[in-house]
Amino acid sequence: MNKQTTLAAAVGELRDGMTIGIGGWGSRRKPMAIVREILRSPVKNLTVMSYGGPDVGLLCKAGKVKQLVSGFVSLDSIPLDPHFRAARQNGSVEFRELDEGMFQWGLYAAAIRLPFLPTRAGLGSSVLEINPELKLVRSPYADGEELIAMPALALDVAFIHMNRADAKGNGQYLGPDVYFDDVMCGAAKRRFMSCERVVETKELLAGGAVQTLRINRTMIDGVIEAPGGAHFTECPPDYGRDEAFQREYAASAKDDENWQRFKAEWLDVSEADYQAKLQDRRARSETQPSGVDPAGRRSA
Amino acid sequence: MSDVATRAEVCAAAISDNFRGDGEILVSCFGSVPSVGARLAKSTHAPDLLLTDGIASLVDGVQPVSGKRATPVIEAWMPFRSVFDLLWSGRRHVVMMASQIDRFGNQNFSAAGAHAKPSAQLIGMRGAPGNTISHPTSYWVPNHSKQTFVERVDVVCGVGYDRAAKLSPQQRRFHEIRRVISNLGVFDFATPDRRMRLASVHPGVSVDEIVENTAFELAIPDDVPTTREPTGSELALMREQLDPEGFANKEVR
Repeated sequence: MNKQTTLAAAVGELRDGMTIGIGGWGSRRKPMAIVREILRSPVKNLTVMSYGGPDVGLLCKAGKVKQLVSGFVSLDSIPLDPHFRAARQNGSVEFRELDEGMFQWGLYAAAIRLPFLPTRAGLGSSVLEINPELKLVRSPYADGEELIAMPALALDVAFIHMNRADAKGNGQYLGPDVYFDDVMCGAAKRRFMSCERVVETKELLAGGAVQTLRINRTMIDGVIEAPGGAHFTECPPDYGRDEAFQREYAASAKDDENWQRFKAEWLDVSEADYQAKLQDRRARSETQPSGVDPAGRRSA
Repeated sequence: MSDVATRAEVCAAAISDNFRGDGEILVSCFGSVPSVGARLAKSTHAPDLLLTDGIASLVDGVQPVSGKRATPVIEAWMPFRSVFDLLWSGRRHVVMMASQIDRFGNQNFSAAGAHAKPSAQLIGMRGAPGNTISHPTSYWVPNHSKQTFVERVDVVCGVGYDRAAKLSPQQRRFHEIRRVISNLGVFDFATPDRRMRLASVHPGVSVDEIVENTAFELAIPDDVPTTREPTGSELALMREQLDPEGFANKEVR
């Protein structure tokens, strides 16, 4: 089955009030072309589940988000996303904040059709006060330990971005980490995968070993070829994070004038125009040093 | 090059000592000083520690925090999912930072003010709740003040001893806040009710200075030792190999 579709068709399935999952982690391999398409759409009141990065900041700034479910929002090389901070500090976004391991557990419970999964993470912390719906469960075995019953976090739609995919919906990540993209797809009713390049199925293994083929076609409803579709987040080995662009994104939170300028230049344009403008910009700044290595390596 | 250790180097040596006896576990560090401290430990008394490259791999040997780095030798794959599995298994000691920490070691880096509408949104809970309930946790606070060592944290991310005490013995059996290392001193919880105790003051710091910069009452023994100075060979290691550009020195005021 050929599942190739377009950004507009995928995002056109969204309805006000839906719960969506966004793959990637922080400012890493985020389905940004899809996020940009959501920004251009009329949809609103979304519940967004994400290991948050600029996807969250942009959607919050654009007034698309009613509630965020996550453990953090970070741009990695810039620790805090200023647009998300502003949305939180002016009270416009609810934050159902979880430990990042609990968050995985909730998505995984949904993916394997369990009502909950037990975990010790969260006990004793403010997680239980922030999320009063969380309940404890006692082990039925001799130990009798009381644990948090992390409820399934079901998604209406999941969006992920892969390095390669075929038209049938098999996806391949060529970077160091799949993050929780597979789990997000598992937790969702409808699943859309953008990718840097759609290739023939028989070409997939040329790109990487078989374990890089983490996304199989039972997990995907639509495939969108979107070169540069993770920009400005990193998508190794195809490209690193565009740190200069990310700094401009962060600076756009400074005041409304900066935001309007950033929005007009980069968000009120089609994806094709966005990518064309980026090409121009790169051609102009060819001589400038980038300052970071392509892997976005940082000390730890 | 001075033989006298900088404050950051004293802190890094204290953090190195803090890994004594940990054996073959993953060390995760936030901040430059803990990163240098962990590498110092692995280079000296704790060769079995596991360190990441900051992305998704474990690195054999010791990679410097600053300066020219050789291509690392990778010894294992450690994507986030494996980190979660490993930390829930307990084979880890994390050194996290804290925007706020209280007398029982409750830690916050999620939000300042009310969680529903914070005055300052910070990074978020990350893995702090799960870390603190699963394996040893220590904290690094490079800016010791009444704003960081607070009477009460606004949000409990990392679980402290008073809250752990309210859990069942089973639920809290893996909870351990090992130490807090700040730019002024080293603190532990070796008191009957697990309140924070001043374990040592860094060279050049007075007990009064620490008391003045702490918003809660610390347990203070009659004789407070001075944090040890790094040895000559430790200083040489840090300056020549682990952190030649002195990133750690930039982190401590």
